[in-house]
Amino acid sequence: MIVAPELASSAAGVPDARPTPAALSRLSAHRRPPLALVVAAIVAASAAAIPLVYLVVRSVESGLPTIVETLARPRVLEYAANSLGLAAATTASALVLGTAVAFVLTRVRVPFARTWLLISALPLAVPSYLAGYGWLVAQPGLNGFLPSWLLLTAVTVPYVSLPVAAALRGASGDLEGVARTLGRGPLRAFIVATWPSVRPAAIAGSLLVALYALSDFGLVAMMRFQTLTWGINAAYSASFDRAQAATLALLLVVLALVVVTGERAARRQLPRAAARAIAPRTVGRVTLLSFLPIVAAAPLVGVAIPMLGLLTRLLEAETLRAIDAPRLLGAVGSTVGVALAAAALAVLLALPIAALAARHRGRLVTAIESVGYLGHALPGIVVGLSLVFFALAVVPVLYQSIAVLVFAYAVLFMPKAIGTMRAGLGDVPPRLIAVARTLGDSPLRAWWRVTVPLALPSIGIGALLVAIATMKELPATLLLRPTGVQTLATELWNRTVVFEFGAAAPYAALLVLVAAVPAVILSGVRSAAKEEL
Amino acid sequence: MRTTAPLSFLSLVTAGLLLAGCAAPAPTESEPAPDSTADGAFTLYSGRDEALIQPLIDLFEEQTGITVDVRYGNTAELGALLLEEGDRTPADVFLSQDAGALGALSDAGLFAPLPDDIAGAVPAGFTSTDGTWVGVTGRARVVVYDGERFTADELPDTIDDYVTDEWNGRLGVAPGNASFQSFVTALRVLEGEDAAAEWVNSLAANGPQLFENNRAILAAANEGVLDAGLINHYYWFASAAEVGVDNMRAQLKFLTAGDAGSMVNVTGAGLLTSAADDADALEFVRFLVSLEAQTYFVEQTYEYPLLPGVDAPAGLPSLDGLVNPELDLSDLDDLAATQRLLADAGLI
Repeated sequence: MIVAPELASSAAGVPDARPTPAALSRLSAHRRPPLALVVAAIVAASAAAIPLVYLVVRSVESGLPTIVETLARPRVLEYAANSLGLAAATTASALVLGTAVAFVLTRVRVPFARTWLLISALPLAVPSYLAGYGWLVAQPGLNGFLPSWLLLTAVTVPYVSLPVAAALRGASGDLEGVARTLGRGPLRAFIVATWPSVRPAAIAGSLLVALYALSDFGLVAMMRFQTLTWGINAAYSASFDRAQAATLALLLVVLALVVVTGERAARRQLPRAAARAIAPRTVGRVTLLSFLPIVAAAPLVGVAIPMLGLLTRLLEAETLRAIDAPRLLGAVGSTVGVALAAAALAVLLALPIAALAARHRGRLVTAIESVGYLGHALPGIVVGLSLVFFALAVVPVLYQSIAVLVFAYAVLFMPKAIGTMRAGLGDVPPRLIAVARTLGDSPLRAWWRVTVPLALPSIGIGALLVAIATMKELPATLLLRPTGVQTLATELWNRTVVFEFGAAAPYAALLVLVAAVPAVILSGVRSAAKEEL
Repeated sequence: MRTTAPLSFLSLVTAGLLLAGCAAPAPTESEPAPDSTADGAFTLYSGRDEALIQPLIDLFEEQTGITVDVRYGNTAELGALLLEEGDRTPADVFLSQDAGALGALSDAGLFAPLPDDIAGAVPAGFTSTDGTWVGVTGRARVVVYDGERFTADELPDTIDDYVTDEWNGRLGVAPGNASFQSFVTALRVLEGEDAAAEWVNSLAANGPQLFENNRAILAAANEGVLDAGLINHYYWFASAAEVGVDNMRAQLKFLTAGDAGSMVNVTGAGLLTSAADDADALEFVRFLVSLEAQTYFVEQTYEYPLLPGVDAPAGLPSLDGLVNPELDLSDLDDLAATQRLLADAGLI
């Protein structure tokens, strides 16, 4: 979704007669994928399917009547409608805003463009529950759909703006110029000429936004908007009714599959585009100022205001305790440690799935890729419990070890890497691989010498997205961490549950700060990724 | 996805199921016998917050030399975790925030019976009837209200008066929360199914403000965006300890003694089956109902002590005035019917 995704998309098979890289890759799409790759992808997908297996087991054990009774509750329909509505609205607004931000930052000569790009990446570093809490401090009456929608949009915009910005830099400005000279307005020209070439990146980013919105619990709980995750949580907390929670979670899975299928359909009809970048244009000061709200909205709503809210709590609190530095540092250490490990494992699991999806098609590929996305659509507690179930059944020795915790993160967040890497791998011109093969390289060696170096930036981006998400994760961490191990998120939770918002503030600030590091790198990698090709 | 895609999808799931199925049966047989001698350490799953409970654990460790490995979480998640772990749990003791979780785990056969001197330390009505867990502290249901808009006298004294037209859209509840559902169960036990159903339906028809938990209700009342809500009393004290009593806008109203709205729920502790003979774990449970620990709870968490002879926190109505004599807490595990009631009313 990052580098020049329009090429990747053609691998998905657009009718196209010209002898282009796309056509070449289409040829390979018709070939049977290598068996080893299929096996590796199935293994990775099986890992991602563990939560699904668990949900089916737990749901079925209650019997069909109970399942029907649960699903027939009037409230459940409302939960589902709320979840879908929120996901749809958030995706639409993040798509529009993210594209606009990317457009301004790449097409207009903005002072401190680099800094702005970095700032626009920052909302990624703020956990949704923290954004919700910070806003409630400032505006206690907030509740319901509207604030949930606006805040979720603010924290998810970078999923769209960063990849689209990268795609725009490689997109064809000349066509847009032609459209302009033919009398189209700027917006029309953009839609007609440029949008098609950034659409794959925007759609891949939108998928992440949609799945995030479906699975989010922290923010909707804060804003009292009753989605399916709210219902799932209530089932656990009031009745310890795992069967009922599992049934609701399966409903969430169905919604997620609808979303993933929709993304595949939208991705399928992909036009290609020439890759000639155009230079940012200089605009007048007034125009520039009118762009400011577009670029500043998400960082302001998603980062600045919540952080300010937390800061006021820090200063108000009468019981502000002395900061326990060793404990704080310990939490930073374990947070960074598990995040790095999770990023590595998630990339490893996502790699075969992405490689398969980049060059091959068919029902099996579709199924494998869809399953790969599941973890991202489920609330952390569901994935956490499913891995408790799985670890105790299969590797009891590793239960409550770092290994299982890291594995859970990989299952949860591997989807963040799949889309990026699929695009990156798909972009590698098959011609180059063919050349390597004619020079006598084995397939594996050709892959290692050609594909890996060219796809590396997109792999890095996937890893960074996983690392950021891991740092912020809470419910699965609470269930699966080794007893006694604390991350910044669990320490933050420890303090907020007992109203010590003052004591929680340093942990909150540090969490955002630590998660901002990969976010900042991310805004840099993307430009590097572009220069790579 | 085309029509055949779900098939591939299903086959993947089936493969996963088989994988899990093959692996599942193996370990149950080879469970080692629980260690019957004290080894100086045990594992506690605490559904109570670290800031509130760790000082007490430190005291216990200091006095006994026994090491306590604590896993903190919220009660609901730890309850679900324990059910998932079953007899393979690394936990020896579970300290729960409410009686419902203890009832659910007891029903699942996860608790070993406690010796009489522990199970009987607390008066009946505040503990399990079969000795599988023991009540540790009591928390009263109360009404929290916006203290700048009302005085306590202006608020109704019975739960029935909070579902009248006058309160349309103004009452905050957390219907998905365990303590609210325990209260509705108490309503059913005390006043009968029909009366309880009528109350729940009136509440639902009255456009209540829905929250996820007690804490959120308290915060809303404290910020002046909610007139009144139903919570447990000690949340107010915990919040006041952070910001100072004088800075609390929200205030508490205790309902008429005997009204279902004034019921007392308990926190409690149970010994996991695998730790039935673990002397260290048992000693900790015994410690929780000791004079020392009970005094700690009174002073630090503002909860009602359950050990006879320990005084309630200053400023709170006495426990005797709140107790519903007919109410047996073990009846509160009948959650399924309560949830059906709430589901039919469209509250959950």
